[in-house]
Amino acid sequence: MNEDLTTDPSAVPVTPPKGSSWLSAIWVILPLAVLTVAIWWLIATNPLARFDNGAPPLESLTVERTILDLNGLRLLVRAGGSEPMIIAQIQVDAAYWEFVQEPSGPIARGETAWVSLPFPWVTGEAHRVTFVTNTGATFDHAIPVAVATPSVTSGNLVSQAILGAFVGILPVAVGVMFYPALRGAGPSTMEFLLAMTVGLLGFLIVDTLEDSLEFASQAAAIFQGQAMVVLTAAASFLILMAVSRRQGSPTGLALATYISLGIGLHNLGEGLAIGAAFAAGAAGLGTFLVIGFTLHNITEGIGIAAPILKVRPPLWTFAALALLAGGPAVVGIWIGSLAYAPQWSALALAIGAGAILQVIFEVSALLVRRSGGDSARLGSMPVMAGLAVGVGFMYLTAMLVKI
Amino acid sequence: MRNWLPFDLRRRGLLGAGLLAAGGAALSGREAFGQSTHPAGHGGGTAQSAAKAGVPAHRAAHGAMITTGEVDDVRNGFDPTAMLTDWDTGKVSTLPDGRRLRTFEVTAEDKEIEIAPGVMFPAWTFNGRVPGPALRAIEGEQLRIVFRNYGSHPHTMHFHGIHAARMDGIPGAGLIGPGEEFVYEFEAKPFGCHLYHCHALPLARHIHKGMYGLFVVDPDPERHPDFEDVARSRLLGTPENARWQELAMVMNAFDTTFDGENEFYACNTIAHCYAKKPIRIEKNRPVRVYLVNITEFDPINSFHLHANFFDYYDQGTTLTPTLKTVDVIMQCQAQRGILEFTFADHEPGLYMFHAHQSEFTELGWMGMFDVVEAVS
Repeated sequence: MNEDLTTDPSAVPVTPPKGSSWLSAIWVILPLAVLTVAIWWLIATNPLARFDNGAPPLESLTVERTILDLNGLRLLVRAGGSEPMIIAQIQVDAAYWEFVQEPSGPIARGETAWVSLPFPWVTGEAHRVTFVTNTGATFDHAIPVAVATPSVTSGNLVSQAILGAFVGILPVAVGVMFYPALRGAGPSTMEFLLAMTVGLLGFLIVDTLEDSLEFASQAAAIFQGQAMVVLTAAASFLILMAVSRRQGSPTGLALATYISLGIGLHNLGEGLAIGAAFAAGAAGLGTFLVIGFTLHNITEGIGIAAPILKVRPPLWTFAALALLAGGPAVVGIWIGSLAYAPQWSALALAIGAGAILQVIFEVSALLVRRSGGDSARLGSMPVMAGLAVGVGFMYLTAMLVKI
Repeated sequence: MRNWLPFDLRRRGLLGAGLLAAGGAALSGREAFGQSTHPAGHGGGTAQSAAKAGVPAHRAAHGAMITTGEVDDVRNGFDPTAMLTDWDTGKVSTLPDGRRLRTFEVTAEDKEIEIAPGVMFPAWTFNGRVPGPALRAIEGEQLRIVFRNYGSHPHTMHFHGIHAARMDGIPGAGLIGPGEEFVYEFEAKPFGCHLYHCHALPLARHIHKGMYGLFVVDPDPERHPDFEDVARSRLLGTPENARWQELAMVMNAFDTTFDGENEFYACNTIAHCYAKKPIRIEKNRPVRVYLVNITEFDPINSFHLHANFFDYYDQGTTLTPTLKTVDVIMQCQAQRGILEFTFADHEPGLYMFHAHQSEFTELGWMGMFDVVEAVS
C-alpha cells in the first residue's frame, strides 16, 4: 500500500501531506514487526539447531565482593554464561567445602548470588577459592592476603576518616593556605601557576583513567569495562561543560569550584582504592606512605587557589573548596573498605576523569584568553615551566607512594 | 592506584612503622580470630555443625569440609555402596575337554555421569558404570569376554593377566570401532587382584574418561596344598570365604576441565560417597579389600586406614602377605593389591580411611567404616 513511497524517492514530499503522521507511524511499526516476526521464527523453528554441535555452554563467573568475617567467607558472584549457571561445588585451597547459596538455584546471565562457606581462613595468609559448575568448569578467585573485612563501626569510620583527612583534606588545605603569599603574583607568576594547574591535572587524568580501567578489567564482562569507562568519562565531561558554560566560560570562584570538583572526584577514586586495599588485605599503610600522599596532593590546593587570586572571596569559601576537593577521599575510603564491586569504583573514577578533563579545558581556555590569542605567550617560559613543574612534581611525589 | 599500596611480603615491614588508620584496630583484633576459631580435627565447621540438631555422626569427623549435596545414584544407574560387593561372575559352562568356561559380556557406552553432587562428567563406561564391572573368576578357568562397542570411539579391553599377544586388547589386537564386537579368550591366571582397562589411544584420555575395572582371579585351593585354607578363604562362594567382608575399591579421579589436573578424587567414582554413607562393617568378621589405583595424571595414590593396621598382598598373587602390619600403602597407576584387617578387638564406631595425600583426601577420596557389633 505504500508502493509509491518506497519505489520513488522523489515522491517524498517537501511539505508533509495529510495523514503523514499516520504514515510515519506505519514506518515505525513495520520494522519493529519484522524484528518481532524474525525473533519469533528463530525461537519457534530453531533453524540454528545445526550449530548445536554438542559443545557445553559458555560460562563465566566473576567474584565482585569478598567478605571475610567470623563466620568464614562470603562472596558475591555474578554469572555471565550463555545459559543460567549452576555452582555445583566450591573448593577452598583445593578442598571441598559445604556452602550455602542465596538465592539458590541456577544463576541467570547478569544475575548475582551470595555464597557463604564456613571456612576457617588464616589472618595474613593467601587463600584460593575455586568454583566448580555442573559442567565441571572451574573458576578461580584469589584472596591474596586474608584479613577481616572492615565492618561499619564508629571506631572504624573515625579512623578511616582521619586517614582520609591526611590523604585528601590536609594537603588541599595546605595548598590553599599559600593563597595570601600568591596574591601579589604578577602576570608571569599567574601564568606559571595556571600552567602548573594544567600540568598536575594532566597527571591526574592519566592516573585516574589508568585506575578506572584497572578496576573495569576486574568487573564482569557483561559491563564491558573499557567502553563503560570511556563513555562515562565522555558523558561526565560533556555534562559538566554544558552546565559550566551556561553563563559563559567559568572564571574566578566558579572555575575554582569546578577544579575542586574534578580533584574531589579524583580523590574519591584515591579513597576507593585505599579502602579497597584495606578490604583486600593490602592495608599496610605506613607513615611514610601517608606523608607521600599528603605531599603528592599539596599542589592540588595551589591549583584551586590560582583562579581566585584576583578576587577576594569570603574565608568560608576556602574551607568549602578544600572540603569539596579533599572530603571525597574520606567517603571513598569508607565505601571502598566495604569491598564493593569493581564496576562501581571504575564508574566513579571515570566520572572523575571526565571532570578533570573539563577543568583542564577551562583552565587552558583561561590561559588562552589571558594571552590575548598570542600563541607566542602560550609557549612562553612561565607557561612551559608551569606545565613541567606541575607534571614533574606530581610524578616525583608519586614515587613516594608507588610500590 | 591499587599498586600504590604495599602487598604481600613487604606488608609486614610497613605494618611496623604504620599509621594503621582504618584497619589497625580491626586487624589486631582479628589476629586472635585467625588462630583461635579453628576447632580441632579436620574441619573448621565443626562448631557450626555441632550446633545443628540431628546432624549425622560422621560430620563430627570432617565438619563442613565436604562436598555439598547428594549424588543421584538412580540417574547414574549405579550405587557406590552396592558396587563394593557387586561381583560380576559371568556365566559358567563346561568345555568339551571338561574345563570350566566362564563367559562375561561387556559393552562400551558413552554416558554422562554425576561424579560429585551436581557435577556431570561425560564418561566412557563399561556396562554403563564407572568403574566397570568387577569381574571375578577362578584360577585355571577358560575365560571368554564378549566385548561390544556401543560408544562413539574405538575401544579395547586390555587385561592385566597372562595371555596371547592377539588377546592383549591394544591397537592391532582387539581394538574395535563403534558397533563392532570382539571376543577376548584366555586362561584365568595368575590368581590375584588385577584390573582391565581400555588401551585405545590416546591412552590417558581413554583411561581417565572411566574405562577401567577390577579383574579378580581367585586361587584354586587344589593347586595350593600348602595354603589350602588361605586359598579357600579367597575363593568366592566357599563357607570359608563367606565369613569375610570383601570390598571392591577402585581409586580414581576426574579432570572435569581437561587440563591434566584432577578436580575430583574418589574411591569408586563418587567423591566423598563413603564419608556421607559410611561402609557398614561387622566387627567380628574380617575385612578384605580388593584395591586398585587407576588415577590418571597423578603418579601415585595411597590408602591409609585409621586406628588399625593391615596385611597387604601386592598384586594379590601370593597367599602370604608381602607387607605385614602396615597402615598405609601406596600404589602407582595400575598397581593393586589385597588388604586384610579386622576390627574384632576395636570399639564400635566410625573409622576413617583415605588417601594419605591430603590433597586427594580433601578433594573427595575419603570415607568411613561404620564398625558395629555383630547382629546375631
